[in-house]
Amino acid sequence: MTSGGEALIRALSDEKIDIIFGYPGGAALHIYDAIYQQDKVQHILVRHEQAAVHAADGFARATGKTGVALVTSGPGATNAITGIATAYMDSIPLVVISGQVASHLIGTDAFQETDMIGISRPIVKHSFLVQSAEEIPAIVKKAFHIASSGRPGPVVIDVPKDMTDPKVEFEYKFPKDLYLRSYPILGEADQTEVSEAVKMLKTAKKPVIYSGGGVIQSDASQELVNLSKMIGAPVTNTLMGLGAFPATDNQFVGMLGMHGTYEANMVMSEADLIFNVGARFDDRITNNPKKFGLEAKKIHIDSDPSSIDKIINVDVALQGDAKLVLSQLCKEFENSELANTNLKPWWDQINEWKEKHGLNHDMLNLENQKDIILPQQVIQSLYKVTKGEAFITSDVGQHQMFAAQYYKFDEPRKWINSGGLGTMGFGLPSAMGVKFAFPDADVACVTGEGSIQMCIQELSTCSQYGLPVKIINLNNRALGMVKQWQDMQYGGRYSSISYEDSLPDFVKLAESFGHVGLKVEKFSELNAAMEEAFSLKDKLVFLDVLIDPDEHVYPMLEAGGSMSEMRISKKDKTF
Amino acid sequence: MLSHIAILMENQPGALSRVVGLFSQRGYNIDSLSVAPTQDPTLSRLTMTTSENSEIINQILRQLFKLVDVVMVQNLTEAEAYSIELAIIKLIASQNKVEEIISSANNLEGKILNEQDGHTMFEIWGDSADIDTLLASLKDEEFLEVTRSGLLGMTKGNVALNTNDQTEISYD
Repeated sequence: MTSGGEALIRALSDEKIDIIFGYPGGAALHIYDAIYQQDKVQHILVRHEQAAVHAADGFARATGKTGVALVTSGPGATNAITGIATAYMDSIPLVVISGQVASHLIGTDAFQETDMIGISRPIVKHSFLVQSAEEIPAIVKKAFHIASSGRPGPVVIDVPKDMTDPKVEFEYKFPKDLYLRSYPILGEADQTEVSEAVKMLKTAKKPVIYSGGGVIQSDASQELVNLSKMIGAPVTNTLMGLGAFPATDNQFVGMLGMHGTYEANMVMSEADLIFNVGARFDDRITNNPKKFGLEAKKIHIDSDPSSIDKIINVDVALQGDAKLVLSQLCKEFENSELANTNLKPWWDQINEWKEKHGLNHDMLNLENQKDIILPQQVIQSLYKVTKGEAFITSDVGQHQMFAAQYYKFDEPRKWINSGGLGTMGFGLPSAMGVKFAFPDADVACVTGEGSIQMCIQELSTCSQYGLPVKIINLNNRALGMVKQWQDMQYGGRYSSISYEDSLPDFVKLAESFGHVGLKVEKFSELNAAMEEAFSLKDKLVFLDVLIDPDEHVYPMLEAGGSMSEMRISKKDKTF
Repeated sequence: MLSHIAILMENQPGALSRVVGLFSQRGYNIDSLSVAPTQDPTLSRLTMTTSENSEIINQILRQLFKLVDVVMVQNLTEAEAYSIELAIIKLIASQNKVEEIISSANNLEGKILNEQDGHTMFEIWGDSADIDTLLASLKDEEFLEVTRSGLLGMTKGNVALNTNDQTEISYD
């Protein structure tokens, strides 16, 4: 016989979960007592519930498994909301378990009561309120099934305290299998559409493959590479898709969109066929949808039918799982009798664009190098020292864009950032989740002095569990991305972007938690400090790098324009 | 123009709020909504009307179907469907006067339900637009109260919004 609390933890273990991230409190105490009395599921105590969800999220993104967070009712639940919304926007499989006041108190404004099902409704894939303890194992099974299948997403299980009462016991039964009549999961796409797509791919003169996070979610990178090689077209990845196609491959033209490369955005602009694989025509990509791909036919693979024709109408919709649909396309491509179109003229044009305004990946060897450090150089130094093999988590802002542009990800699940919601504070806790999943891998959090302060309390968690992540702080002494917009669109009126003299001494701060802090102020010291940081295998190193405070992220799409309307530098623009 | 959408969904607590919440979350308007359980107590059926354009309707149908509690969705506007709305109206008027109103109302049927203290309550059913017309024709000084069911609809012939499927959980 088990209690509800024991059943909950046992069901997690039956779902092959051995680590959860959380923070205890009144309504969750029975659950925490059940955790104490077993050793299959390890609980990681964070310092704030937002970090628990981000850590579970980082774990999920790096492993492809479902991440689990546990919080108490009321403030525990509301603190988790930013984390849940972050996972929802990026379609990350999470199960978030929240304590709730006892059933008979629901609706009475009891101490630490909040309507978690109501508050989380717009940012979850689904949610469950436990109404009888016996159904806990089945609810857990359903929650994991829904979170991890189809287009993944976060699922909340709200557990009133009486449902986990140790005095109420029942026989534990974990479902072997389940079928939900209201939840179909797409597999392969319609074969007629597949044939039509292949015909278009073979005859296009200027095709482009635009792939997103869906490729990573469905573990379809290999299939994407296979098909791309057959087609021979340029490939561009979204911010969420980086690593889905190897960045060092000759067919890769870089990230596209708001801060995409010149050549990627030009390719999108001039293409006669846009082949979207697991992306969603997000507004950071299309810029003005009315000016998007006017000359191009469009093919779209998505496992979520509601993503199709949402922003951009397409000619062929391939509704299904990216991995299966890409395999179908490969097979059809091989069997097709149509000849491939010669893409050399297209590539000549692309190489010309690359030549003209491509990113400089060799900024560590700039001529006339002054002692001031450019943010791009920090990322290039990080890339060099980690041989391009580290897991990189990031916060949100200029540093995020520099990391996305200059760290060449060759593998999926190595680049971990909050793309959809844009959550500052995501970087450090998600790095913790990655480090728990891959203790022997290099894990770096690329951040800024603004973002890092949003979840800096987690330095304490890292100390408790001995998590040697490397924090690469691109410190420009201001909220850089906001400042960039104020420079460009608000006449340089710097409203609330400066901390004046209040920034902490990050070196001393790190040291106070037992970590190592290193400060770098000169370019000549950068590479050595980076090497030192990664040579201290067992230590969390906080590398505080003072960078040029006036640097902007370029290219940048012009608001309201097409994808070819870009600012290339502070002086140059294409329009 | 108004579109009619029929939804079959799990009769679960919170299911209705997911449907209604979807509309406010994505900025769609609901003009009317009616919901009740079906002959299968595990399922509820909902009919809603909205004045959004056809592209938005397609999005609405897909977004509704994506909700885990929603089993099936049908666009009644595009199907060959029968629809009806019922209204109960109370007027400050005599029974005779109301009988006159009912018999002269275009395309509507109705009957008197009750008369008390010079107030007459009647029900009337038919097309929503005809009910709109009737309501607009009533004199302000006579009018007291109206409640409308929202549109109910169903496709004709052998097409039906139901499921023989059951959610199944199997144990060893």
